[in-house]
Amino acid sequence: MNHDCAIEPGDQAEVSHQFRLFIAGASPRSARARNNLVRVCDDTVPGDYAIEVVDVLDQPDLAEDFSVLATPLVVRVTPLPPRRAVGDFTDLQRLAAAMDLYRLPQEESTT
Amino acid sequence: MNAQSTSPSTIVKVPTGHPGLDQILRGGMPIGRTTLVSGTAGSGKTIFALQFLVGGIRDHDEAAVFVTCEETPDSIRENAASLGFAIVGHEQERKWTFVDATYDPGVEEEVVGAFDFAALIARIEHAVRTTGATRVAIDSLGALMTRYEDAYTVRREMLRVSNALRTLGVTSILTNERGVEHGEIGRFGVEEYVCDNVLILRNTLDEESRRRTLEVLKMRGVDHLTGEFPVTILPNQGLVVITLEGTALNAESSTVRIHSGLEALDEMCNGGMFRDSVSLVSGATGTGKTLLVTEFIDGGASQGERSLIFSFEESRSQLFRNAAGWGRDFETLEASGALRVEAIYPEMRSLEDHLVAIMNAVDEYQPTRIAIDSLSALERISTERSFREFLIGLTSFIKHRQIAALMTATARTLLGGESLTEAHISTLTDMIMLLRYVEMGGEIRRGFAVLKLRGSTHDKRIHEFTVDGTGMNLRGPFRGVTGILSGSPQSVAEASPDLEIVAQMFDPDGGPTS
Repeated sequence: MNHDCAIEPGDQAEVSHQFRLFIAGASPRSARARNNLVRVCDDTVPGDYAIEVVDVLDQPDLAEDFSVLATPLVVRVTPLPPRRAVGDFTDLQRLAAAMDLYRLPQEESTT
Repeated sequence: MNAQSTSPSTIVKVPTGHPGLDQILRGGMPIGRTTLVSGTAGSGKTIFALQFLVGGIRDHDEAAVFVTCEETPDSIRENAASLGFAIVGHEQERKWTFVDATYDPGVEEEVVGAFDFAALIARIEHAVRTTGATRVAIDSLGALMTRYEDAYTVRREMLRVSNALRTLGVTSILTNERGVEHGEIGRFGVEEYVCDNVLILRNTLDEESRRRTLEVLKMRGVDHLTGEFPVTILPNQGLVVITLEGTALNAESSTVRIHSGLEALDEMCNGGMFRDSVSLVSGATGTGKTLLVTEFIDGGASQGERSLIFSFEESRSQLFRNAAGWGRDFETLEASGALRVEAIYPEMRSLEDHLVAIMNAVDEYQPTRIAIDSLSALERISTERSFREFLIGLTSFIKHRQIAALMTATARTLLGGESLTEAHISTLTDMIMLLRYVEMGGEIRRGFAVLKLRGSTHDKRIHEFTVDGTGMNLRGPFRGVTGILSGSPQSVAEASPDLEIVAQMFDPDGGPTS
């Protein structure tokens, strides 16, 4: 189950960006949120991210632990501090801004 | 839809944890439905919700889920404890589960696109399924929804939450803030349509005093009482909805006569007061109202009855000293358990709180007689409307318990006159007695009359009485005097028309006037 949900382009331990995406079932909204998050990550931190997908219908206790009310919800676990965004992320620019991702490619290009 | 086919008897009701509300709803709230409890800040919504859940656990062993969106679970536990609800204990028994949906200002959550509350609903469902809960409260819907800007989404999600609760089959309370006491039920304008039922809690300022009420605005398929009912919030009890306990008109009437405390008064009443009668004695200050109360209590004690005195004007020791002055030993009476005195300043509590205090004392002490001295002191602290509600509540409660009650009211003028108290209470009482000063021949004397006695004939004459070290002594009717009640007694001879004309002839202001 966990294997199905997790999208792991890189090794969890090594990537610098870890995300936890809370969704509610296999709804179009869930799929949209997931695809949009992957697109933003691929554009900004390709290969350097991991997304763990949690279906709150299967794991409501995890939703409880992370005080999740609204879905879809993405939590940037690393780097700290945690950042959260709610929605299906149709506005990629805003999702990138919310996750503080848009500056990273520039930083990489300069180094 | 045929409304007629849904007979009220097919709806299963559950007690709400509020006995007063259960009376208004004639049994309770329909099972498995959602009820919106809307009110302004400080109207008691959270307490209402807590009590609904605690009542389920305590009285029916129903597990409960409390979704808190405003106060943290810790703060709820603390506040509930001050009301006498041991939530921590219920949590340990797995009867109470919190779903913490409070907002953490440290965690920023940006909204990017469309969302729903599926996670919250999944958490509620999880809590309900794992504990077998049958009652759920969400406190409050407003605190949850106002975090999100998109009004359309908010409305849709309110409906989703409400539907989810209905699907779960739980009976639920959703509290909601409103900005005004009258008008819009909630901020989003749809709250009342999202839930099956709507209750309104109000906390209005009425002539400088706070007045709490509860109103059932909408209760689908349930015949209920309408209008606002007074509410009070008490430590160790929570929110108390005050209703007429079994309506007074349904209460059984007793034909049993009891000793009033004075043989002569029993005679005037054709055999004594009735067992379940509410009597009022009215008179100016110092006419002997407290004396009559003393006689009434003493009369009860002589028959082996237990009496409860609520004194709002005199302290316990003053009351006892007075009684001793009339040759009555209340100290011993109290020690023997036949008397209990509650002396309290009227200003110490609101009228609703006084009523509940009286009810509690009656339940605890189980007296067969109760005296309230005086109603006028209570009238002083309240508005006309809440005083009327207090009287109705009190008299119906007393009648329901088959207790003989004697209440006193102070007339505003020394001679004759009528107070507001009398105007309100006279229709509620079974017996009215008057104590009046009578000025005759430059001397103050005292008169006593039974103005009304329901269900029996009585002596209509005005009797003279004196007070000495043995108490009140009725001396028989005044003779040859008229106009005592109006406050200007005249001997009948003086009042003859001929003499009046003669007197007016010598009046310096002129001749006779009509």
